[in-house]
Amino acid sequence: MDSSLLKELQQIVGEQYALSDRASLAVYGYDSTPELESRPGVVLLPACRDEVIRIMGLCAAAGVSVTPRGSGTNLSGGSISHDQGVVIQTSRMNKIIEIDEENLTATVEPGVITSTLHRQVEARGLFYPPDPGSLHISTMGGNVAENSGGLRGLKYGVTADYVMGLETILANGDLLRTGGKVVKDVAGYNLNPLLVSSEGTLGIFTGITVKLIPKPQAKITMLAHFPAMSDAALAVSAIIAAKVIPATLEFLDKVTIKCVEDYAHVGLPLDVDAVLLIEVDGHPVVIAEEAAAVADICQKHRCSFFQTAKNNEEALKLATARRTALSALARLRPTTILEDATVPRSCIAAMLQVIQDAAKKYDVTIGTFGHAGDGNLHPTCLTDERNQDEIKRAHQAFEVIFDAAIAMGGTITGEHGVGLAKKKYLPRLVGESGVRVMRGIKKAFDPQGILNPGKVV
Amino acid sequence: MDEVKLINCMRCGMCLPHCPTYRETFLETASPRGRVALIRKVTEGELDQSERLLDYLSLCLDCQACASACPCGVNAGELVAEFSCDRKGGEGLNFMEDLILRKLVPHPDRLETSLAPLRLYQRTGLQRLVRHLGLLKMFPKPLERMEGLLPTLPARPLRQEIQEITPSVGTERGTIGFFLGCVMSLIFSEASRATIQLLTSLGYKVITPKNQVCCGAPNMLGGDLAGLQTAARTNIEIFAGFDLDFIVTDCGGCGAELKKYGHHSEGAAEAFSAKVRDISEVLALHADELALLLQPLPLKVTYHDPCHIAHCQGIRQEPRQLLKLIPELSYHELEAADACCGSAGTYNIAKPEMADRILQRKLDTIAASGAEVLVTSNPGCLLQLKKGLAEQLPEVRILHLTELLLQSLRPPSSLNPS
Repeated sequence: MDSSLLKELQQIVGEQYALSDRASLAVYGYDSTPELESRPGVVLLPACRDEVIRIMGLCAAAGVSVTPRGSGTNLSGGSISHDQGVVIQTSRMNKIIEIDEENLTATVEPGVITSTLHRQVEARGLFYPPDPGSLHISTMGGNVAENSGGLRGLKYGVTADYVMGLETILANGDLLRTGGKVVKDVAGYNLNPLLVSSEGTLGIFTGITVKLIPKPQAKITMLAHFPAMSDAALAVSAIIAAKVIPATLEFLDKVTIKCVEDYAHVGLPLDVDAVLLIEVDGHPVVIAEEAAAVADICQKHRCSFFQTAKNNEEALKLATARRTALSALARLRPTTILEDATVPRSCIAAMLQVIQDAAKKYDVTIGTFGHAGDGNLHPTCLTDERNQDEIKRAHQAFEVIFDAAIAMGGTITGEHGVGLAKKKYLPRLVGESGVRVMRGIKKAFDPQGILNPGKVV
Repeated sequence: MDEVKLINCMRCGMCLPHCPTYRETFLETASPRGRVALIRKVTEGELDQSERLLDYLSLCLDCQACASACPCGVNAGELVAEFSCDRKGGEGLNFMEDLILRKLVPHPDRLETSLAPLRLYQRTGLQRLVRHLGLLKMFPKPLERMEGLLPTLPARPLRQEIQEITPSVGTERGTIGFFLGCVMSLIFSEASRATIQLLTSLGYKVITPKNQVCCGAPNMLGGDLAGLQTAARTNIEIFAGFDLDFIVTDCGGCGAELKKYGHHSEGAAEAFSAKVRDISEVLALHADELALLLQPLPLKVTYHDPCHIAHCQGIRQEPRQLLKLIPELSYHELEAADACCGSAGTYNIAKPEMADRILQRKLDTIAASGAEVLVTSNPGCLLQLKKGLAEQLPEVRILHLTELLLQSLRPPSSLNPS
């Protein structure tokens, strides 16, 4: 990194918040994606929008690349910078600016932690549904940049469904305001959805306004075991067909069940093929009917066990298996590759078969859990980064899985983003014209190509 | 350094929100994930052990909140401690560390004698005079802090006062070996007295071996593994001389260390560790009986989980269950109750600025809880929180769990002899 540029950047954020020692740079070269790492030139922690504007101005003039970063929990390498690039960590910009109870909106800075926003709005009887697995550490800026999903996606949608207004710093340091607190707005191109899921390649968010909804009054949690995978998959479709939209409809496969049982001893039978965790929420009278319908459907689909939680404590207990799924799998082997191939939910049973076959063909262990209700599965490969041959076979298996997802009308990534890790597969999904349009958009926003270069397209 | 332990970290970041120093700084270098990465890069030769890097690692409290949160079972706190230990190898002790860890701690008599001047200092009124005149400002900063942390010492250490065998009240149901922690004995002897009385009231005979030594945990702070092993051997041998149902301690730090003796060696050490219980675990075993012995205490009470109890020993339910046994007591859960208070051994002396920031967060949650009594069960937390409360929330009392339970215990005369 050029020493005069470094000095100017230090002056903007203060020396304490411009990290350039070897040790610091070494630990800002990774995020949660396995196998990927770089060595940034400097890490900056600005305190406010004006500092971000000045940083971008300087970097644009010097032609230096900039990668925004929240807490660094990205799973597709999206927050891994260019070697010698600038990293902007937004954590210090963590104020909840406003919770507007009349317009049902919240306006936050990008470094606000997702679960902090949950707590603040829920204390007022309001609800911000997106709940990615990393919600206790993920930042709102990161959630918007990646269009994060979560367990409640089936009923409540994903981050994009809640973003109403954005304040974005563009590559040249200009400020762009899009949307706001109005429900209806058709003035010009709708830029919000374009910026949501832009993975830091189009701009850096400094202000985010999201929609809030009333908090559901009650919820009922249920757990069902299925000896046959096909019955579990059919039950999922039947629940939706019965016009019940659960807030959560989560799934564990046989490999995951075995790992969870070995690790947590929660009393799962080892002869079942699938476990479904189902939660309905809303008005107490309505959800009582919905829960009865769910129970009926699961029984009709030959579940071997069905339980409805009687209170919060029991609900937590029923959710244990799903909550410990990743832990249980991750403990088996040193390296965990967690993917998020997503298919229309009618194809879940077929997709699970593809995953099993691919694991067998390439001789790797893949446990699958995830959001059965919205078709977003997490095939998780348990491997060891020191075993190059096995890593290679794991990637071969995933290639088969991604191709199958595309063939079924699904997608290569439901919620983790393309970043670096899935870049290779994007053209297969969106085709040549898709890539061309995306590159055009990138060029319009960032002609120099300095914002999070190398990601997405 | 065990390579697999380092590779097991999948960098998911689940530890970050639980790490007190990350919460304060947002710096990856001050996070468990970052610390594991730094150690790994040093062991793989990618990074040198620069002063800066060691400084980053030294910010770790070793509170092990990260270990509780880690999906893969990585214990960053322990890895940092192990790394520092490997590095120092017991050779890098400075004069004070050597004096305290090697020459005083392993010998209770010397340790107790060394505190005599302090006792004199407090009892003669010299302390008041020194504080009044602001003379402490003339001392080096760490000494001033140490003085500020020190509560009034008991007249004599408990170890010197307690009889080796305390008989049970009523029919004897079993025998307990009481491991008397150094700081408990020297400073919080009232709490340990309460521990013994609660155990005898439940029908246990309590044996407190006079010749037991420090658990050895402080040795690890200085990287002195050999010192720890000597302490372990001595204690294992002493307690093996009695026929015991449990070995009980009321010090979270000692409990965590004693339970690990078995990790260092097999056989007698494993058998010893298998018998070790925190006092709350044993009392909770007899919760129904204990409930009958307790009388009302209409107090608003909250509980701070010591790291050495919650994160290192996984004990969370028992202390709360015991507090709720006290009739008319209203229990208020503390927000982030298992977040470190910043005491962390000698951390509050070594890293005062960070320790104060972490303590401030804790004090804010205590104030928000509306409690009039704060209960905890580790001497380090008691020292740190006592000082913080005295400065900012003087209306809140702090007690060891056993002290509050003892206050609620009916006098023996009122008990039904059956």
